[in-house]
Amino acid sequence: MGYLDGFKVTLRKWAGVHTDTGRRLTMEYPEEVRPKPERFHGRHVLNRYDDGMEKCIGCELCAGVCPANCIYVRGADNDPDDPTSPGERFGYVYEINYLRCIHCDLCVEACPTEAITESKLFEFAFTDRNDAIYTKAELVVDDDGRPQQLPWENWSGGFDPAADTSGWMRATSPSGNAEFEGLVAWATELGYGTRDAELGQVADVPADEQPETPDEGGH
Amino acid sequence: MDPLLSGDVGLAEILIVLLKVVVAFAALLIGVMLMVWFERKLVADMQNRLGPNRAGPFGVLQTLADGIKLFFKEELSPQNADPFVYRLAPYLSLIPAFLVFAVVPIAGNFSGDNDGVVTMFGHETLMQVADPQIGILLVLAMSSVAVYGIMLAGWSSGSKYPLLGSVRATSQMVSYEAALGLSVATVLIVAGSLSTNLIVDGQAGGRWNLWMTGLVPFVVFLIAGTAELNRPPFDLVEAEQELVGGFHTEYTALRFAMFFLAEFMNTVTMSAIIVTLFFGGPSGPSFGLDGWFADYVLGFGYFFAKLLVFLFVFVWFRATLPRLRYDQLMDLGWKLLIPLALGWFLVVAAVKVAIDTTWNVAVVLGVAAAGLLLGGMLLKLAIRSGSEHRTDEFVGGDR
Repeated sequence: MGYLDGFKVTLRKWAGVHTDTGRRLTMEYPEEVRPKPERFHGRHVLNRYDDGMEKCIGCELCAGVCPANCIYVRGADNDPDDPTSPGERFGYVYEINYLRCIHCDLCVEACPTEAITESKLFEFAFTDRNDAIYTKAELVVDDDGRPQQLPWENWSGGFDPAADTSGWMRATSPSGNAEFEGLVAWATELGYGTRDAELGQVADVPADEQPETPDEGGH
Repeated sequence: MDPLLSGDVGLAEILIVLLKVVVAFAALLIGVMLMVWFERKLVADMQNRLGPNRAGPFGVLQTLADGIKLFFKEELSPQNADPFVYRLAPYLSLIPAFLVFAVVPIAGNFSGDNDGVVTMFGHETLMQVADPQIGILLVLAMSSVAVYGIMLAGWSSGSKYPLLGSVRATSQMVSYEAALGLSVATVLIVAGSLSTNLIVDGQAGGRWNLWMTGLVPFVVFLIAGTAELNRPPFDLVEAEQELVGGFHTEYTALRFAMFFLAEFMNTVTMSAIIVTLFFGGPSGPSFGLDGWFADYVLGFGYFFAKLLVFLFVFVWFRATLPRLRYDQLMDLGWKLLIPLALGWFLVVAAVKVAIDTTWNVAVVLGVAAAGLLLGGMLLKLAIRSGSEHRTDEFVGGDR
């Protein structure tokens, strides 16, 4: 029946809409939300230490590495009596233009203090170009380490600020140990929602004694 | 001929005709709206998707929402476009689509001695906007005019993809119209009339042209009709992967909506024409009923049920078949459908003559079948030697 086999297939799908043959694969997005992959790249947050100090030291490495040129950073000297960050310098201006950002996560890899990380939030639609440029005041986490919800951001679609803000990874070892070069896994984090380090990312431990990579979806 | 117009034509007759026109116009527009929804839902069902389900119950109002959106969009026209022809083309495509439906009988009681005449406000008339004596020729004429809409749209856009699309459209529709016309001619031999009312009347009582003409003209008509509609698998005219949108690439807003409307309207009318020509239109058993119920409800019920089957079939084609390559399309049209339709036409004509002149039908049928077989074999030989000749030229030559 060569030519007509195809007709049988489509007819079976149609007739079996309520059975397994014609099972619909569509997810009705705003009501149903697909689980986000483990390492989803969403909008950034600027992290702080437990004592409230900002992690950003204004080094501009993130701006330098950004392939889309969407980050603008200017550093300034800390006021010794009332420092914004531990150490000499802090990020005085920090802006990310989300009309240009491609969410490649290179800024996160470049950051020496883990100040910038990416959350899993992607549901933000602005009606004003100025809203697209997130300033430091908007990016920095609040006192309990969670990102701030901006008026145009939709957090109802399955975004959990606790679970979905802390993930970030490094393609190379944070400690600069050549043995771990190229191993991609979670690093330990200092921000909100701490996750244990995975294979190849704990400094000063030989490769064969590194913790196992847990087998999770989305890798 | 419509009995309404056979006597004196006064104000009442004109008002009835106007009423029929308005009803047909509105019904067709709403029908097209539902057809677009029906097609999207059905294709979605066949592809494990949901289809539109946001606007209105089950997404019925999705087409309306799309239409309103297109209504408010900007009408762009390309710099190199020929302004007059560019604006004219959508109307050339849309108006024939409306006109074709005028000759389709959509209701009426054809059982027994009835000939589909209904009584409307005390006047006898037919349940179709017009029953001209050229009847089914109007359908062929209008589908030829619709080709101009598509051809001129591509040509006047001043852009290469629309031009390619319209070149394809012209040759495709012209070549498939031949097969379409030949299979209609077969029906006309059996029916003995061009009038759609008489064609339907002749099929009353289950003597459908589907088997009265021997099935082949129906198959040819269905395939050629699909090609004439530019629907998958013959949608080379607007092949998205190759030509962006084909002839309507450069059209926006309401002008695009007109092409879109015309395309789906043609699907509805082509299904209606198939039902009229081969499946007896609104005829069917009346169960001894008479009066308005048999005239309007039963007649329209039969017509709509048959129509729905063909709308389903067209959507089914679309969900199932991949698009043909251009040379395959031309091969199918010129080397298979046209010879087949022509041969079948001759056989049916011979049988008709045999019955009329009381020759031995079996002998005539045998001779005709033998002639058909011989002709088919000669054609096959010619095609094969032609392709061998080309192969020799290409492979054996010095190029």
